Parts: sequence; C-alpha cells; structure tokens
Amino acid sequence: MAIKVEHLNHIYSPGQPHEHKALEDVSFTVADGTFAGLIGHTGSGKSTLLQLLNGLLKPTSGSIFIGDADITRPGVSMLKIRRKTGLVFQYPEYQLFEETVALDVAFGPENLGLAPEEVDARVREAIALVGLDYDEVKNASPFTLSGGQKRRVAIAGVIAMKPEILILDEPTAGLNPQAHEEILDMICRIHEETKNITLLVSHNMNDIARLADQVLVLDGGRLVMDGTPEEVFARGDELERIGLARPDALRITGQLRRSGIFVEGSPLTLEEAADLIAKAVAP
Amino acid sequence: MIRDITLGQYYPGESWIHRLDPRLKIVATLLYIISLFVVRDFGGFLIAWLALEAVILISRVPRSYILRGLRPVFLIIAFTLLVNLFMIPGDVLVRFWKLQITVQGVETAAFMGIRLVLLILGSSLLTLTTRPIQLTDGIEALLSPLKKIGVPAHELAMMMTIALRFIPTLLEETDKIMKAQQARGADFETGSLFRRAKALVPILVPLFISAFRIAQDLAMAMESRCYGSGRPRTRMNEIRFARRDLAGAILMMSYLAMIVLERILW
Ligand SMILES: Nc1ncnc2c1ncn2[C@@H]1O[C@H](COP(=O)(O)OP(=O)(O)OP(=O)(O)O)[C@@H](O)[C@H]1O
Ligand SMILES: [Mg+2]
Repeated sequence: MAIKVEHLNHIYSPGQPHEHKALEDVSFTVADGTFAGLIGHTGSGKSTLLQLLNGLLKPTSGSIFIGDADITRPGVSMLKIRRKTGLVFQYPEYQLFEETVALDVAFGPENLGLAPEEVDARVREAIALVGLDYDEVKNASPFTLSGGQKRRVAIAGVIAMKPEILILDEPTAGLNPQAHEEILDMICRIHEETKNITLLVSHNMNDIARLADQVLVLDGGRLVMDGTPEEVFARGDELERIGLARPDALRITGQLRRSGIFVEGSPLTLEEAADLIAKAVAP
Repeated sequence: MIRDITLGQYYPGESWIHRLDPRLKIVATLLYIISLFVVRDFGGFLIAWLALEAVILISRVPRSYILRGLRPVFLIIAFTLLVNLFMIPGDVLVRFWKLQITVQGVETAAFMGIRLVLLILGSSLLTLTTRPIQLTDGIEALLSPLKKIGVPAHELAMMMTIALRFIPTLLEETDKIMKAQQARGADFETGSLFRRAKALVPILVPLFISAFRIAQDLAMAMESRCYGSGRPRTRMNEIRFARRDLAGAILMMSYLAMIVLERILW
C-alpha cells in the first residue's frame, strides 16, 4: 500500500467572497512502510492535505491513490477509505464522548462492522499499544483522565481500526515534554510493530529529523521540498525563509563552525551532534 | 459544508449602505417591515420592491447572496402560498377533486408571497450590510432610554454580541468534531431516523463540552480584564450620526410618505 498524490488542488468556498486556495498542484508519493514527516508554516495547508487523504474533503481537482484505488472518484466507499487510513486530528481528545474509555475506543471498530469479539480484542490491543493499562482505564470516564491520557485514548480510538496508513496532525501539541516524548515513542513503536505508513505533521523540526524517512515541506499551499531529512534540512536557509527552522543539531554545529570550531558532517539528532562535536574538540 | 450556512451573515463591503449609522439602519428596517403591512395593493408593493432594489444596488451585495437568505424559509413561504391558494372562498377559477382555486385565493396568495419575500429580503439586507458588533451597539443605543425603567440594555447587548461572536466558532467546532467522528467511521447520512438521531450523540456530547469550555474561558478572560457591567462605559468606536445618515433618514421618510400616499390616494 502506497500513497500517490497527483496535481492536487483544493479551494475552500469557491466562488464566494472568502474563497481561499489552500493547496496548489501538489504531487508526491509515499512508499509502503515509510515514516513521513509533513512540515510547513501555519496556514500552509497541512491539515487540508490530511483531510483530503482521508476523504473528509473532496479536492477541487487532482487525484489521490491509496494503493490502487483513486479515492477522489465519485462513488468510492468512504468506509473502505477509513479502514485503510486512520486520521488523528489535532487535539483529538475533544472528540471523546462515551461513558467509558473502552466504549469510546470501540466506536471506530464498531463502525467498521466487526464482530463483538473482534472489537473487544482490538480495544484491548489498542489501549495496550498506547501505553495504558486496560484493566485500570476500561471503566473510567474519559473525561476524568489527564490531558496526556485523554490524548492516548483518542489515538487508541483510531489505532483500534488498524489502519494501514496512520496520519497524525500535531499529536503532541500542548503536551508537557515528558508526555511529548512518550507519545512520539508510542507512534514509533506502532510504526515498527505494524509496518504501516505513518504521516506525521509537526512543528518540531527535531522530531521530524529524528523520526522521518521522508520529509514533505508545504509553503502557501505548494509542495516546495520532498526528500530525505538529510536532503531537506541541508536547505536550511530556504527553510528559514518560509518560516521554518533547522533542527537543533544542525543549528548548533553550524554555529560552532562559524565560531571556528570545525565540526564535520550534518547531524540530525542531538546524540549524533554530541559525538561529532566531541570528535572535533578532542585533542 | 456546515460553515457555509448564512446565518445573519455579514457581507463585507464599503458601500454607502454599509457605512450608515447602525441605529438608522435598524429603525429603517423596522419601518420598512411595518410599511409592508400598511400596503393594501400591488401598487404599494411596487414602491416597496423598487426601494429594496435601489438599496440592493447601492449596497453592491451580489444578488445570489441575498437570495440565499430565502432558502431556509422557503418551506414557510410555500406553505403560506398553498394555504392561501386553496382555502380562500370566492369566485371559483378552477376546481379539481375536492380542491378549488378562487380569484381571491390567487390574489391573496400572491399578496402574501410578495409580502413575505420582501420582508425577509429587507431584514437580511440589514444583517448583510452591518457588522454584528455594530448591530448590537445599535440595539444597545436604541434600548438605552429603557435603562431608566430597569431594562438591562447593556447586558442584553453584551449577550447578543457574545452569541453572535460564537456562532461561527461553534459551527467550526461542530465541523471539526463531525470530521473527527467521520474519520472513525461514523455515518450521519444514511439509516433510519432513529439511527440518525443516535448518530448525533458523538457530535453533541463533545460539542456541549466544548461550548462549556469556551464559555468558561471567556468568562475567565473577561473577569481577569476587570469586566463588570452596570457602570457606564466608553467605547473605542463611537457611533455618530453623520451627514450621510441624515440623507438616509430623509430618503426613508420619503419612502414612507410614498407608501402612505399610495394607500390614501388609490
Ligand atoms: N474550512 C475552511 N474554510 C476556508 N478556509 C479554510 C478552511 N480551513 C482552512 N482554511 C484556510 O486554508 C489554509 C490552510 O489551512 P490548514 O488548516 O490546512 O493549515 P495548516 O498548515 O494545517 O496550519 P496549522 O499549522 O496552523 O495547523 C489557511 O489559510 C486557512 O485559513
Ligand atoms: Mg493544521
């Protein structure tokens, strides 16, 4: 299963005074099993693109292939798309509604029309995958949990649908540093265990540099870069011009170089940077 | 999409109509509505319609946008037309089955239909050309004489301002929640009435929670900026009655005079 997007355009409220061109001629492919990162300044069209990928919005023109199926064709079964691609919205905890955690996580699988035993098994599995204790939380009201826990439950609600493509819109927004790390670790673990395609939107360049195999960069609705993190972050000046930043590792080694300490290579994580700096300053 | 609902929507513009004093516009709209009930024949409606056309032209709001305001009340208009068409006794025009259409029926139906359409278009022009905040400021100013007899004009206006301000926010919130639940396979469009009603629970629960959260945040933000009602306040944007408003008032008066004359003379 791969994602292939061709000449995608999206205009909000066409023909109205507040018409807005959100995506313009976007084309890219994400191969099976890839962890892809999507970055862009606010308003660059990231969330729009994610909703198009999940069939929640219909594009003005262009096509989106999930596997062999073009999901922009009229008459495609939405349930089929939703079975393949799971979308975790920004602040997903605001979508919780059931009386208990277990019931809420079961909402998605039930909508897929699965047998009750299968639903139950998936709920247990999903809750465990997001790092919560099933027996502890199953009967709790989702509204009594902490912010980080709510976020996990909401993500479990999507994971329980076992999507082959998992799309996450800023899943760590508004969390404390520890919860931030835990959620990302969890996403990584799920990616490794299920070998799915993961598409992660984030404003944190360190996370993207560390986790992604492929980085897509949007600017004003256009796809301006598409490549490995090494390729994309090598164009740091361009990124800064469109309101993005370099990962800390690259920023620090760059500054050291400018102040005369010659650090070789272009590290993407702080650990790599530390090694390279140690090598550079070693006597 | 749910966001496209025009609910007292403002159409941004800089026209002469847009810049009129909101108080004048509110009073003029009320007078216009009253005038529609003063009218007794089609001649009067011709005047009312021409006046409306003139305002539409000056306001430069696209006609398609104005007509959209009729959509939600279409059923009411259709119902009124049908009831009048079939229920009024008089000289029979056509008769079929147990129903009959009379000359008087056709006349009354046309009369009522025109009156309703003009009424709705006239009042939607007010909201289309006036910012919600100006509208509530105008209402507050008009109600303020009633403060003396204990009508909480400012509080009422503040409640309206807040309600208007949060309609788009809540619509956006609804849209977001609906999409999130759809992404989890929820289906709001098919199934029996009962199933569809049940499908609303996953939207309504998060929506209410959001609404309470927004209300709490807003209350906190207002309090922390020392908002307290009851005392007289000053405004950043004072509404002033300018020369163009005087012209507007004179035009409105001439319109009313024409309506009254038409009724007396014909
Ligand atoms: N429903 C809508 N109607 C009209 N315009 C919209 C709508 N949703 C988004 N937009 C506009 O489309 C553009 C892209 O929005 P989008 O939400 O995709 O940006 P984003 O990259 O996700 O931003 P952020 O990083 O802030 O989440 C923005 O300029 C936004 O104002
Ligand atoms: Mg977004």
